Amino acid sequence: MADNLGTSPDEVQFRFRDDEAVDHGTVTVDACCDQTNAAAVRIEPGDDARLLLPFLDRLALVEVNFPSFGDGRGYSAARILREAGYTGELRAVGQVLIDQLSHMRRCGFDSFAPDKRLDEEDARRAFATWDNVYQRAADARRTIADKRHEA
Amino acid sequence: MYQYDQYDQAMVDARVEEFRDQARRRLEGKLTEDQFKPLRLMNGLYLQLHAYMLRVAIPYGTLNARQMEALADIAEKYDRGYGHFTTRQNIQYNWIKLEDAADILADLARVEMHAIQTSGNCIRNISADHFAGAAADEVVDPRPYAELMRQWSSFHPEFTYLPRKFKIAVIGSETDRAAMRLHDIGIRIVKRDGEVGAQFYAGGGMGRTPMIAPLIRDFVPLDQLITYAEACLRVYNRYGRRDNKYKARIKILVHELGAAEYTRQVEEEFAHMLSVGVEPPLEELARIAAHFADPAFVEGPKTLDRSDPDFALWVDRNTHRHKHDAYVSAVISLKPAGGIPGDATADQMRLMARLAKQYSFDELRVMHTQNVLLPHVRIADLHALWTALDEAGLGSPNMDTIEDIIACPGLDYCSLANARSIPLAQRISERFAQTGRTEVIGELKLKISGCINACGHHHAGHIGILGVDKKGTENYQLSLGGSEAEDVSLAKITGPGFDEDGVIAAVEKVTDVYLEARAEGERFLDTYRRIGMEPFKEALYG
Amino acid sequence: MKILTGNDLRSGAVTWWNGTGWSLFVDDAVDVGDDAEEILAREEAARRVNVPYAIEATIDAGGHVRPAHIKDRVRALGPTVRRDLAVPTANKTGWDWVI
Repeated sequence: MADNLGTSPDEVQFRFRDDEAVDHGTVTVDACCDQTNAAAVRIEPGDDARLLLPFLDRLALVEVNFPSFGDGRGYSAARILREAGYTGELRAVGQVLIDQLSHMRRCGFDSFAPDKRLDEEDARRAFATWDNVYQRAADARRTIADKRHEA
Repeated sequence: MYQYDQYDQAMVDARVEEFRDQARRRLEGKLTEDQFKPLRLMNGLYLQLHAYMLRVAIPYGTLNARQMEALADIAEKYDRGYGHFTTRQNIQYNWIKLEDAADILADLARVEMHAIQTSGNCIRNISADHFAGAAADEVVDPRPYAELMRQWSSFHPEFTYLPRKFKIAVIGSETDRAAMRLHDIGIRIVKRDGEVGAQFYAGGGMGRTPMIAPLIRDFVPLDQLITYAEACLRVYNRYGRRDNKYKARIKILVHELGAAEYTRQVEEEFAHMLSVGVEPPLEELARIAAHFADPAFVEGPKTLDRSDPDFALWVDRNTHRHKHDAYVSAVISLKPAGGIPGDATADQMRLMARLAKQYSFDELRVMHTQNVLLPHVRIADLHALWTALDEAGLGSPNMDTIEDIIACPGLDYCSLANARSIPLAQRISERFAQTGRTEVIGELKLKISGCINACGHHHAGHIGILGVDKKGTENYQLSLGGSEAEDVSLAKITGPGFDEDGVIAAVEKVTDVYLEARAEGERFLDTYRRIGMEPFKEALYG
Repeated sequence: MKILTGNDLRSGAVTWWNGTGWSLFVDDAVDVGDDAEEILAREEAARRVNVPYAIEATIDAGGHVRPAHIKDRVRALGPTVRRDLAVPTANKTGWDWVI
């Protein structure tokens, strides 16, 4: 049922948050919009992340599923939530691979539950790929252009 | 031209190491081919018919002599002594080893070059008018905007796994020399009441469903340019089709939604994005623009000695009016009669580099027509330049003629192709050069693709040829009436296809009809548009 | 007959299954009959070949292995427009063989 939909804290391999990961009953976007008490939701590639905007205050965990790593809709979903002020956990789940980690991080993901565990050393290197970035994104890093023109 | 600062350099250096690590993981078996393929493609590395192929980015087609020399060195050190210039102003090497690829990227990085996003479902290398900063008719130099977009699109975290590839072209004049409206996004930099801004077209493309991009916004202020592009991409990333590879380009989304609805969604996203603040500071554009200041033009003679008829012909054909009247832009033809369109040997690359240093302020451009341009040549130097080119076999006076054929690599190199393109181009250019009809015909753009993906722009050819597989043999469809220029149109198929000999004969028949019917001053395309398809059909099949 | 071809993972070179390994020369290709799937899976997993596939082929009058599809004949010999770059010791019956 809906309760079994999400990943558990043990499945999270990388997490960039200070708060404790808790087990939430994760529901679908549709269910989340119908229910008043869901604290965790899972976004599938075809879901409209903006449907969740009225409920951000009560959400503690949003999982974004990547059934296939080549489907990049989840990157937009993540940024949209962060742009709307969502500060809870944003977890990338599914086919999350080494070479997608740095971009996911930039789009606002702060936890990662890959369906196959990743090599720790390769992942560490991947998160640190870019010392600098060209674009503004959800991670609020100062961009190269910002650095070039700081007073 | 643009020069990297420490940040740009660090980005390409980081990319080299990232790719070196990816290739290592592939060779160790930590990545499957399915996982590795999109990663290598985003570094321009394909697996083609004979080997890996590496496509190197030449942002908006611009390079200096040192960079051209580095391309020559790579051709010799890692390939088989030549490279192929493409319709998106890049260069491809056909015989690359995976185990060398990271070293090649490192060699490129040393001269401020890379292969970033020259393939894959991401924002591709930004192309631009090859006459940018030189053409007499230019309103605004598009290069600073193209460079701004190059930086914005490089490693964009949200737009690296789009439904399909995404190509952007930027121009800055009324004349379109970059097939702007046949791109996923076409941008024309314009001036309105003294204010500079950008006109956005979206949803153009060739391939199996050619579309001309509709205008979606007439004026985007300069300090919102990136924000608007970001909104266009986000709507596409979220709603572009992912169920069918052949319907995944933005042109299908724009077509299915309708331009008005797509525009409405973009405007809504744009309004939101403005509140988020993704635009780089406007000073960044000014910093970039300073790199594109005019070189130190000097006064000089504005006329030349035309007593040598071969030279005069080359000047008439291969030079283009410059904004400074003591200069012209000179086209180096990579289309010798019977040659392979767009191919250049390492020695030819070095010669072009030397001539650029000597005669064109150390600058070259790769043209989307698969030729190379020296943008700023003094009229006083033209004869010396032509002499040097002619001696090296690079002096063919055939720009925009039927010998100046655009052709994709076709079945001789490409794993997607259904038929060969290059042999057709060779035989047609040879035939017309021999009969001397090239000059009589004048402007005629012939474009050949070896498959429906249309890398050879056949939809946009005055005459287009598409290679198809007919029960295991090569067959060629002929089409007429396309144009990639400001009078953009899509070519129409004449009728049943031909074999190789048949299509060459058909091209000759079509030019016969034109020569018979043309009115004073009409190009092939003008005559076709006036008299329509019927007389041509009659000659071909009647 | 059914033969196997692919590209070498490191070099990208076109290769043909000769019964025990991967050869650069199409004439070394052997008929694999019903074993195609098994060999392909095993060899690709071991990274001895990249994106291999099975194709139909015949032995021509000159005794050469001739892939059924023109694309594989181009792969076997090299680009028809750069005969100087042909696969060395490739089929000497000439370029007409490709078309």
